[in-house]
Amino acid sequence: MQKMAKKYYIFFTLPTVIAFVISFLIPFILGIYLSFTKFTTVTNSQWVGISNYIHAFTDDRNFLNAIIFTAKFALVSVVLINVFAFTLALLLTRTIKGTNIFRTVFFMPNLIGGIVLGYIWQLIINGILINFGVDITFSGTYGFWGLVVLMNWQMVGYMMIIYIAGIQGISSELIEAAEIDGANRWQILRSITIPLVMPAVTICTFLTVTNSFKLFDQNLALTAGAPARTSSMIALDIFNTFYGSMGYEGVGQAKAVMFFLVVASIVLLQLRYSRSKETEI
Amino acid sequence: MKTKNQLRDNITFVFLFILAVLFLAPILIVFMNSFKGRFYISDAPFALPNADTFVGLKNYTSGIAKTGFIQAFGYSLFITVFSVAAIVIFTSMTAWCITRIKSKVSTLIYYLLVASMIVPFQMVMFTMSKMANILRLDNPIGIILIYLGFGAGLSVFIFSGFIKSIPHEIEEAATIDGCNPIQLFFLVVFPILKPISITVAILNAMWVWNDYLLPYLVIGSNYRTIPIAVQYLQGGYGSRDMGAMMAMLVLAIIPIVIFYLTLQKHIIKGVVAGAVKG
Repeated sequence: MQKMAKKYYIFFTLPTVIAFVISFLIPFILGIYLSFTKFTTVTNSQWVGISNYIHAFTDDRNFLNAIIFTAKFALVSVVLINVFAFTLALLLTRTIKGTNIFRTVFFMPNLIGGIVLGYIWQLIINGILINFGVDITFSGTYGFWGLVVLMNWQMVGYMMIIYIAGIQGISSELIEAAEIDGANRWQILRSITIPLVMPAVTICTFLTVTNSFKLFDQNLALTAGAPARTSSMIALDIFNTFYGSMGYEGVGQAKAVMFFLVVASIVLLQLRYSRSKETEI
Repeated sequence: MKTKNQLRDNITFVFLFILAVLFLAPILIVFMNSFKGRFYISDAPFALPNADTFVGLKNYTSGIAKTGFIQAFGYSLFITVFSVAAIVIFTSMTAWCITRIKSKVSTLIYYLLVASMIVPFQMVMFTMSKMANILRLDNPIGIILIYLGFGAGLSVFIFSGFIKSIPHEIEEAATIDGCNPIQLFFLVVFPILKPISITVAILNAMWVWNDYLLPYLVIGSNYRTIPIAVQYLQGGYGSRDMGAMMAMLVLAIIPIVIFYLTLQKHIIKGVVAGAVKG
């Protein structure tokens, strides 16, 4: 019986495990090792200690700039996306004609891929900027706000859906009771709606932060980092380090490891935070 | 009081209507420009096509020829359909097995898969694409295995959460009736998983269909999927063909819109479920 079970265990888990080990686990472990070496293909590596990690910051300011750009971008996007999405959710949970159609429209950009989104917005933004004689590659600031607009267009509908689910989960009795007690709309919003959708706020904040940090396709299509890499985010900077010039693969891999550590610590912080919230309730 | 409410609702409606138009405008502008001559787009993207600028379907025919769009559509469809099928079948099998048979190996598999979700793709892109190259996975069939590996984390996580809520009794009864584990899974468990399988399928389909960097690195030099074909038009040198670009953007958006409008309820439900669990 025990032998039988083992046979079936292998049957059920092996395909996934093999695929996972080949495409993720071995590349991940190899990636950590290679970040301490100099290499051009994976087979010709030479140990160089932590020098790649130092070079990531000392060769040029690209990586540091990308980190600052990404952090600023994440901050601005998180605030704007969540404010817009929450406002839309509030409006769309009222009894207004056509709420379903509005939801359908606001959510749709979320399904379009990042490359296509980037070129759509490149056309629109350049079409506006041409009136001032410039285009989006004129300065990194244009690229920054272009990405913010694009990201809002893509993510607002998605976050809106999560907020709508949260708002609809609030029992109408609570609101009616508050109305009978004479609370006005603003008081209901502040003392009932917002506290009770906090779980949704946590989820949405988490999703927007991680999505902002990992952004690549949109960045590549909209500006490709232009001018002179000033609108390049972390993921794009790592890509350019790997494939931009020979001999920098080790530095690229070291940057990737640091990127991983940053993203992982954000996720862990977030998990810890939401766990502690759960036990409070 | 009632009239005041009604006025407020009307104002809200008008506000939402304007916003909805603004939301759709970028797509409509691209659509409009796809019928204009290539040199009339960048300078005045908001102008309607007129007798001088209208070129009919010329951008579509030249774009399709330049990018090999028909083939790209075929590759995208093939890779998405088979990757999603592989992910749904194999990860549900794995999730069921490691949820039902508690052991150190099961726990290890589960935590490794879940942990892989937080790793950014750039961490493994170089080593993974080299690995795919060495193992001859750099073709539209081999890439299915890679998608299975990358999709496993989220999919096993979602399936496991659902399987925990299914009572054991059904499976025990089927075992007493003489089912072996393979029959048990495919005849009894898999049908119960249907609603969550749809969620997993939609989440993965959206990701694989739109994915750019992974297929670009693994198969991009020989096989272009739609996002690669669009990016290919950008080129590196000289002026790019804006007309062809507009037409390709439209062709890239159409399948997504059809997919969305036919499966809208499932998509929105699936995306929310995936978000809450992820």
